[in-house]
Amino acid sequence: MDTASALSPASLPVDDDGELTRLHPNYAKALRLRTVLTAIPFLVAALVVEAVLRDKALLPPGLIAGTVLVIALALVIRIPQSRYNARGYQISADRLRVVRGLLWRSDTVVPFGRVQHIDVDQGPLDRFFGIATLTLHTAGNHNASVSLPGLGEELARTMREDIRAHIRRESL
Amino acid sequence: MSEPQRTAPLSVALGAIGSIRSAIFPAIAIGFSGIGSSSGNRFWIALAVGLVSFLIGTAFSYVSWRRLTYTIGETDIRVESGLLSRSARSVPFERIQDVSLEAKLLPRLFGLVAVKFETGAGGGEDMSVQYLTNGEGERLRQLVRERRDEEQAAPIANADPEAPVAAPASEGEVLFAMGPGRLLRFGLFEFSLAVFAVLFGALQYFDNVVDIWNVDLWYRWLKEQGNTVATLGPYVQAAGAIAGVIVLVVVGMMSGIVRTFLRDWGFTLTRSPRGFRRQRGLLTRTDVVMPVHRVQGLVIGTGLIRYRFGWHALSFVSLAQDDAGGSHVVAPFAKMDEIAPIVAAAGFRLPGETTRWQRASKRHRTDKTVLDALIFGLAAIPVAIFAPPGLALIPIGLAVVAVAANLYAWEFRRFALGEAQIFSTSGLLSPTSQIATRLKLHSVEIAQGPLARRRGYATVHLGLAGGTFAIAGVPIEAARDLRARVLETIAATDYSRLDQALNEAQSGLSANFLAT
Repeated sequence: MDTASALSPASLPVDDDGELTRLHPNYAKALRLRTVLTAIPFLVAALVVEAVLRDKALLPPGLIAGTVLVIALALVIRIPQSRYNARGYQISADRLRVVRGLLWRSDTVVPFGRVQHIDVDQGPLDRFFGIATLTLHTAGNHNASVSLPGLGEELARTMREDIRAHIRRESL
Repeated sequence: MSEPQRTAPLSVALGAIGSIRSAIFPAIAIGFSGIGSSSGNRFWIALAVGLVSFLIGTAFSYVSWRRLTYTIGETDIRVESGLLSRSARSVPFERIQDVSLEAKLLPRLFGLVAVKFETGAGGGEDMSVQYLTNGEGERLRQLVRERRDEEQAAPIANADPEAPVAAPASEGEVLFAMGPGRLLRFGLFEFSLAVFAVLFGALQYFDNVVDIWNVDLWYRWLKEQGNTVATLGPYVQAAGAIAGVIVLVVVGMMSGIVRTFLRDWGFTLTRSPRGFRRQRGLLTRTDVVMPVHRVQGLVIGTGLIRYRFGWHALSFVSLAQDDAGGSHVVAPFAKMDEIAPIVAAAGFRLPGETTRWQRASKRHRTDKTVLDALIFGLAAIPVAIFAPPGLALIPIGLAVVAVAANLYAWEFRRFALGEAQIFSTSGLLSPTSQIATRLKLHSVEIAQGPLARRRGYATVHLGLAGGTFAIAGVPIEAARDLRARVLETIAATDYSRLDQALNEAQSGLSANFLAT
């Protein structure tokens, strides 16, 4: 990833409609793995139903489990990549812009001057893929916390330090 | 000043009265139960139980009074309480949003108040000290306010430190007050059928006494009544129905008036050097102070009918909130020319002639209208198929109403970006206006659903502390422009300097210093 451009935010012009920086490629993999993990219980349930209904001969064998499998495969193959493509962020001298959502798109800008505190979170899956979630908390009721998942671990930390340095500079 | 202090000793008496209330029920229960052989015996046992629980309650309230202390320190106020498990809570002065005095009926008779320190922490976790005498409560509030302002004023070199402190904050200029006449008119618009809900609840409560769910009983009763009504002929039936509606309306209005009188009796809003002060209530009297710089935004609401008569309600959006969780209402029922001075005193400006309003997207109007009508239209299909003919007209009629309402609502749906503020109005049949300071927003989000993306409009969500601010149906280019301009204002000032920047704006030069 082009960490260099994100690390020197001051050099970027203030433009909220500019090109988005893409997230860490591992984020797509993590999304895919998460989808697989979500699909497994449904597949198991479908197999159980299949086994129960086998003797009744109501439906041709494999119809239920097959349908679920096809849907699950479609979801696992298609959705994570499109979700990954739909997400992005843009960091500039004094603000962070986070874009997300496939159908319901949301495009949020948080000025660093309004950040109350900053979190960097890593779940077990994130740790495995070496990515992290950066969360900015504001005092507003709407968007009280804006999270940006799928950043490289190092990058997330650096961004946190950058934003924190900005806050400290502002309040001095 | 910094040593722990006790609350008013009369609190013990209040606790004792409270324990009488809780002692009555067990006493009555024993009185009616089978305990004790003869009825005379039972009476004495009941009396003894009541007396003992009263004594225990009194002792308990005495001890907890002994153990409840509050300390006003240099930077914070601490309340320590608890009999067996002690708890100590400390709130720094600078975190106190406002101090409110609340006097329920009973404490009021004794001249006592509960002092609440609102910190804006969610979940009703505010600190309160009950009960203090009226004078003591007022003094404590004054003190907290002075301490807090000193703290805030410290970094800004205060030009004349004498003037604001010396000015007694209790007596200020009255901005808005409601007399009985106004309250009566207000009550008429506060039409409420809540009394029926209460009656219904009471019915359920007495369920055990009378078997109200006995269908046969009701059926028989209805049949008897129905027979009587049926013999009366159509005109009398119609008259009966009209009379029923009239009774409903009268009851609704009466309960509205009663509720309004209870809540807003003696409503006064005063402007003191420290902020706004609102007093209201007939039985439970509340007294709230709202510092000017804590006001994040304004909401001017109205109702379907009262709007036609030119009545509006003004409330302040801030981190501190009224009991019901809403914003602080500062003028519940006022004409616009009465609201204008309050708005000005809060450092806001109403949209005027020069405000350049921008309308919502027409496509948004079309989509919303079609979608709303479609719901009723789709509902009409099964009704038309399965229900008796004619009933399908109801959903179709509703669909037409939905279309008309949406077309009308578009008239109100507009927003404007002032020099320092942002205005927005919306509403179905009556407009609700919102005003926020651009500087006090925390984030800007442009949200689009699948339809909105295709049709080129968006909802703009602005992060407002203590409230929400969303503008729906903004054309996408306008939304981007709005965001860019709002962000420009926000990013210019850091959060920690917000109060300072706004203080300068208000105390000093002009309201539109942000124009630069």
